[in-house]
Amino acid sequence: MAEAELVQITVRVNGEEHTLLVDTRTSVLDLLRERLGLTGTKKGCDHGQCGACTVLLDGRRANACLALAVAHDDCEIVTVEGLDHPLQDAFVEHDALQCGYCTPGQICSAVGMLAEAGAGWPSAVTRDLVRPPRLDADEIRERMSGNLCRCGAYPNIVAAIEDVA
Amino acid sequence: MRPFRYERALDESTALAAVAEPGARFLAGGTNLVDLMRLGVESPEVLVDVTRLPFGDVHETVDGGLRIGAGVRNSDLAADDRVRMRYPALARALLSGASGQLRNRATTAGNLLQRTRCPYFQDVTAPCNKREPRSGCSALEGVHANHAIMGWSERCVATHPSDMAVAMAAFDAVVHVVSRDGGRVIPLEDFHRLPGNEPERDTLLEPGELVVAVELPKPTYGTRSTYRKVRERSSFEFALVSVAAVLLIEVGEVAEARIAIGGIAHKPWRAHVAEAALVDKPATEESFRAAAEAELAQARPLRDNAWKVELARETIVQTLLELA
Ligand SMILES: Cc1cc2nc3c(=O)[nH]c(=O)nc-3n(C[C@H](O)[C@H](O)[C@H](O)COP(=O)(O)OP(=O)(O)OC[C@H]3O[C@@H](n4cnc5c(N)ncnc54)[C@H](O)[C@@H]3O)c2cc1C
Ligand code: SF4
Ligand code: FES
Ligand code: FES
Repeated sequence: MAEAELVQITVRVNGEEHTLLVDTRTSVLDLLRERLGLTGTKKGCDHGQCGACTVLLDGRRANACLALAVAHDDCEIVTVEGLDHPLQDAFVEHDALQCGYCTPGQICSAVGMLAEAGAGWPSAVTRDLVRPPRLDADEIRERMSGNLCRCGAYPNIVAAIEDVA
Repeated sequence: MRPFRYERALDESTALAAVAEPGARFLAGGTNLVDLMRLGVESPEVLVDVTRLPFGDVHETVDGGLRIGAGVRNSDLAADDRVRMRYPALARALLSGASGQLRNRATTAGNLLQRTRCPYFQDVTAPCNKREPRSGCSALEGVHANHAIMGWSERCVATHPSDMAVAMAAFDAVVHVVSRDGGRVIPLEDFHRLPGNEPERDTLLEPGELVVAVELPKPTYGTRSTYRKVRERSSFEFALVSVAAVLLIEVGEVAEARIAIGGIAHKPWRAHVAEAALVDKPATEESFRAAAEAELAQARPLRDNAWKVELARETIVQTLLELA
């Protein structure tokens, strides 16, 4: 068995800079949870299929489980711990959760999604590809389909996001 | 996951030199490769990160086409105004693939080179010729309801999972590739292979070759295009069948037709038989149905996937009707 390979990287997480030696196999998700103690970001599937691990990498939403930490040297990472966004209150007001396991990923994903829609990005359900989309419930559901919720809190999640959109 | 060395390439020549080492592989967004490494299906000794190479943009070519860098993220490509206006089938194909998070990471080259979703390929305990040449194909007599109906071999009945590649095939795209011996251009239609006797080879790409761009020719003035994807749930799911169609209709007759089908073969399936059957015919449901039937006369369904022939036929007809 080959020996573990260690590489030094520097990342900024929620505004704070960290320089550390990582095993090349470490995902951004494990870096956050195991090395930096930021356990807000959850591990659901570790295969890109559930969205529980969603964070913002250089401002864009991404699955932290499939991102290798070594490949993110110099990256700006924002996790749910670093957010201060009206969506968080909207989730509470709309009771948009049951067990809460998917919630950090839902919120980070929704923050990224709102920025994408704000930049005029279309989605698979946008009829007119050329004009900027209007974020109705169908658009929100499609754009949030990368975040699963085992408790089925979807109607309230969509309502919370609609409130802020 | 087996330990591996990590190298970051900043230009083509460093990337090509680094990937020449034994056991070295390119790493782009990692959304397929890292997943397969975690499953033990892939175990590279060196990962050569190509995400910081200067091939992350889209620009117009002198003859009015579009050159898409290998590193362009799927989400950026789908949001590009030129793609949305001139190649809507490509924008729709990209937007129907994976999730918002994954599209933000996935790249043009990585998407083309993603591996099959055949469950036996992903299960290291099952025989699979694609993963382990000459170990057998578990799907041929096993669970294969969502496998190929066209162009398969006894060695492998898997399908290619990409949505993006299906639309690119319908637009007559070409793939630009470089290696230490120079460069070559491969028509996208030929880039992915049928399995034949070597299902371990998905594409014509040789070890050590780097994809640098995909180029789309200028669309004929007046053509319309779209992409239709049928799946088991309405979002965040791979295709059962998908169809990309590019159609030019002049005074009620089909002047040009290009159709590619996803989910039915080891590669995006260009429907040349249907295309030939459509030209100079009235743009009606009747001609569309006849063309789809002509194409699917070649289908060889497996024990449990004859339903795909019908689904493919109806999806072709509905997609063309949308453009008529
Ligand atoms: C849960 C889930 C759902 C998905 N759903 C869909 C879907 O519905 N439709 C769909 O089309 N796709 C889907 N995908 C697949 C996704 O589109 C691919 O994982 C992605 O496009 C791969 O791109 P990447 O840049 O991350 O590639 P990587 O994982 O980095 O690389 C993939 C392969 O490409 C090679 N490679 C990368 N760049 C180059 C280059 N420049 N030259 C030569 N070789 C290169 C790598 O060596 C590797 O073999 C899904 C994925 C997941 C995890
Ligand atoms: S269909 Fe292909 S990928 Fe699936 S088990 Fe058979 S050889 Fe392997
Ligand atoms: S843990 Fe990353 S998508 Fe499920
Ligand atoms: S609230 Fe329990 S998984 Fe979503």
